[in-house]
Amino acid sequence: MAFELTDEMRAVIGVEGKPWPVEFTSTGIRGFARGVGYTDPVYFDVAAAQAAGYANLPAPPTYSGIPVFIPGQNDDRYGAPLASGQPVLRHGLKNVLDGGTEHHYVRIPVAGETLYSTGKVADLEVKESRALGTMLVITSESTFRDGAGAVVFTTRGQAIFY
Amino acid sequence: MTVSFDSITVGDELPQLTKTPGREQLVKYAAGSGDFNPLHYDADFEQAKAIGDNIVHGRMKYAALGQLVSDWAGHAAMVSTVSCQYRGMDLQGKTFTVGGTVSAKDDSSRTVTVDVWTKDANGATTTPGKATLRFR
Repeated sequence: MAFELTDEMRAVIGVEGKPWPVEFTSTGIRGFARGVGYTDPVYFDVAAAQAAGYANLPAPPTYSGIPVFIPGQNDDRYGAPLASGQPVLRHGLKNVLDGGTEHHYVRIPVAGETLYSTGKVADLEVKESRALGTMLVITSESTFRDGAGAVVFTTRGQAIFY
Repeated sequence: MTVSFDSITVGDELPQLTKTPGREQLVKYAAGSGDFNPLHYDADFEQAKAIGDNIVHGRMKYAALGQLVSDWAGHAAMVSTVSCQYRGMDLQGKTFTVGGTVSAKDDSSRTVTVDVWTKDANGATTTPGKATLRFR
């Protein structure tokens, strides 16, 4: 096996970054809903959202908002906050695929809210695939809290590097 | 047309969605989600050439599972969990189908669980998952 987990890699497991602001804006929610292909006016039209019982446009299921982007402080391709203090896992593998994702909501965020996310690597696993060869599976967890510190939703996902 | 909690029975199938996202739609999704991996829109990107074409964002199919249950419940319920696994790729410009079946219903918590999936153009399940909805 060409790729092996090192102690340096294992050391990042469980280390949380500092909270990073994540915005839910009406433009952002419309953009996501448009990208997915929704036609439900509740995700586009504030009056329709209010008629459905929301204070503003609701986040469509699986939308995690947009982390505040500051050049040099976020990943330029994915927008993930690099300056949150969450340790960067250096594994040298170039290609990435998503393995799985889950969202657990306490309530649905709406446009106009800023939440604060903290993330951590929850697990690392090396696997062999006939199609892709040696793979590193990174399980990550994030918690999104409101300004008062109440959890709004959590996410968990596996990224497969090969 | 939305569903009411009382009318739901285990085994009910949700109205399916079909999607055929080309590169333009995938660019819209990239902008909406913030995932600008060129694998999804740049035909000359090395990983895309190795696969044979640009592929649909797995997270877009995941979001489509959310759309499936959101369209079905029509805000009569809160979608409280969504989860999926990415088992297969869908190429840009090819049609995939999104569907689901009610697998559990709990009257006391007014909660419904739906087994959800996307299937590729050949009918293979590429994104199996689950969603839970809590009716108001």
